[in-house]
Amino acid sequence: MSNSTRITAKNLTDKEFFYGHKACAGCGGSVAVRLALKVLGERTFTVVPAGCMSAVGFIYPQLCFTNNAIISTFPGTASMLSGVAAAARALGLENYHVLGIAGDGGTADIGIQALSGAIDRREKIIYLCYDNEAYMNTGIQKSALTPYGAKTTTTPAGQNVRGTVTQKKNMFEIVAAHGIDYAATASIGYMQDFLDKIQKASTVEGTSYIHVFAPCPTGWGTPIDSAIELGKEVVDSGLWYLAEYENGTFRLNKNPQEFTSVESYLLRQGRFKHLRKEDIDGIVRSRDAKWERMRSQWKTKTEER
Amino acid sequence: MNRPALKTLKKPLHIRDYPVGPSFEAGFLTTENSGWRSIRPVVDTDRCIGCWHCYLCCPDGTVFKNGRVIDIDYAFCKGCGICANVCPKEAISMVREHE
Amino acid sequence: MKQQKFISGNEAVAEGVRLASPHVIAAYPITPQTVVVERLAEMVEDGSLKAEFMHVESEHSALSACMGASALGARTFTATSSQGLLYLVECLHYASGGRFPIVMMNANRSLALPWSIYGDHRDSLSQLDSGWIQIYVEDAQESLDMVLQSFAIAEHPDVLTPVMINLDGFVLTHTYELVEIPDKEAVSGWLPPFKTNYAMDFVHPKNMGFSSQPSDNTEFKYQQHRAVLDSISVIEEVDASFGTAFGRSYGGLVEAYRCTDADLVVVSLGSTTGTCRTVVDDLRTTGWKVGVLKIRFMRPFPVEAVLNAIGHVKGVAVIDRDISFGYEGTVFTNVNSALSRGQHNIVKLNFIAGLGGRDISKSTIRTIFTKLQQGVEGEPVKTVEFIDLTVDTDE
Repeated sequence: MSNSTRITAKNLTDKEFFYGHKACAGCGGSVAVRLALKVLGERTFTVVPAGCMSAVGFIYPQLCFTNNAIISTFPGTASMLSGVAAAARALGLENYHVLGIAGDGGTADIGIQALSGAIDRREKIIYLCYDNEAYMNTGIQKSALTPYGAKTTTTPAGQNVRGTVTQKKNMFEIVAAHGIDYAATASIGYMQDFLDKIQKASTVEGTSYIHVFAPCPTGWGTPIDSAIELGKEVVDSGLWYLAEYENGTFRLNKNPQEFTSVESYLLRQGRFKHLRKEDIDGIVRSRDAKWERMRSQWKTKTEER
Repeated sequence: MNRPALKTLKKPLHIRDYPVGPSFEAGFLTTENSGWRSIRPVVDTDRCIGCWHCYLCCPDGTVFKNGRVIDIDYAFCKGCGICANVCPKEAISMVREHE
Repeated sequence: MKQQKFISGNEAVAEGVRLASPHVIAAYPITPQTVVVERLAEMVEDGSLKAEFMHVESEHSALSACMGASALGARTFTATSSQGLLYLVECLHYASGGRFPIVMMNANRSLALPWSIYGDHRDSLSQLDSGWIQIYVEDAQESLDMVLQSFAIAEHPDVLTPVMINLDGFVLTHTYELVEIPDKEAVSGWLPPFKTNYAMDFVHPKNMGFSSQPSDNTEFKYQQHRAVLDSISVIEEVDASFGTAFGRSYGGLVEAYRCTDADLVVVSLGSTTGTCRTVVDDLRTTGWKVGVLKIRFMRPFPVEAVLNAIGHVKGVAVIDRDISFGYEGTVFTNVNSALSRGQHNIVKLNFIAGLGGRDISKSTIRTIFTKLQQGVEGEPVKTVEFIDLTVDTDE
């Protein structure tokens, strides 16, 4: 496929490859899936594990993926992907992509063994993790990527424990530590950056991992039209970052001079409404520590792009 | 054909009418999502500048390009309002669905 | 060109896989299966086997990878045993429900706890409900031959069901015999490349592995059940056709030895059968009318073949290298149910033996026949007995 022309809204295919699905109105994850499939095109084999995207897209006879797609077992996305890639090679296919789309639970918890193995084998696959920060399909339970302080059904916020007490597992750096060919963080709030990264991944002769922040209004307690806004605010407030890893080098794509309000981002969401000042201060301090480390160790631009 | 359209599935009468195992033709739609809406997006095509930002941000792909402006596939639009929210020209308003 | 080699059961499986030319092999090691994946790796290295050899990171990933490959219409193989088999159980049901014609070798080995690396049938017998066709082979020649037959059975359009070939751990996987290895071209002529319409491709894209609802799940399960039942005639056809092409056939789903005029029959799986035949021959010289029925396929269960072979006898003793705790051995449950569908007055006894690698000796089998005779004569005998316990109990 032509990879010299930058894919934008203007020249992106008009065809829809994820359509008629039963995701919640305003679902951030489905934006990511829809756009990734449009960038990669018809000659794509997609593997989706048990989770929101398969549950909403594959209920016979309403089958919402226009091109080849298969549901894998929950832990088995990356291993099924590896099998697809192996068969495609063995059968002598040409000009195709092998794409896996898994949520945060299916990636950072139950799916991490298979993901690690696939990266280790350097399978020619693109692995897209859509991060809505909890096990949403099963009704909002804590996952390894649920952020500190978030209320979920298994980390209720009460008098004794105030929501999630752990930090997000650092999946981006974990896959980078494997020496993966290409890894990137993205957000649906920064659309062109996300399109660029999917396009980049499609050209990698090896394994790619894209971690896209995909807000879930249903699970987060925010209005149904807020997913894109939240995806922008999380990056602008520094709680998420846009970065890439390639050839042993980490690079921050966006390095804001000033961050927008963390408090405002958190308290507009139902899952964080219980946070007290000291919780929010702690979150701001963690953010600052992380950015200090990234700015000192990773390649960055000194000004905001 | 840019978007899948509704199809009818013949009701199976014999076991041989079933697909062999859970494998079927890709992109087969039998139900609409229009019934989900309580509000619907209405596009003011005079204000639309064809920036395509709503087209990118729609979770359902129901915002599509129609010449130099956008249009909505109301069969599958769920009325989430993201398109209205992200439009830089306020060209989309969300109005109550008429029953 | 065909040749004879002195090889182990595991090596025979590897030779069979090489001849079947799968596109994708997923490999994860576990005692006592390791030699299979080692030999396959050597064959890929020296070019005698052209396959994508995947070093997966677990057994669950091994079968997942095979399913992904099978979804594209590739021929696939993997191998496992005991703990590994149990680790991938989710994928067993996934593969059979998904109608992926994968062939998997399982080295029968006991299940922890306590740990045991030695052979019994607890691993595969605990998975009879997973929807896989299950074969139990007796020797290295049968191992090689059944690998080839398994692909033919699995990939048959009326079947499209994965097949598990079971070899007794150590007793068969690691013992050596002369095996005739068919000529590769002859095999390619007999086993054509896998072709199916139920695969992802760009001309007819598919959505696979989808969800069902209460309104249609039953139909999918019925379809699967029918496919395994329909495999019975395919199994027999494939066996006959193999016999014509390669000069060896195995009699289909069961093999009855001296059962036609027998009063007492022992039923066994796998390599124990050889020992049983020796005991049958010895006892026959002293006037006992005895026979042994080898069950080759536990799924589909050969109800008709069992009734035909032993429906007329006076006593049946089923040797189980497994136990469903608090009840009886699984082979016995299956045989008992099959016999109950016929008109008979057979004394049926279950002998639990050979667990965790304990040898089933000729002496044990003679004792089994003796107890069966006692049962037939109306003496009180236990229906389920651990026949080779080395200590006294209060029973």
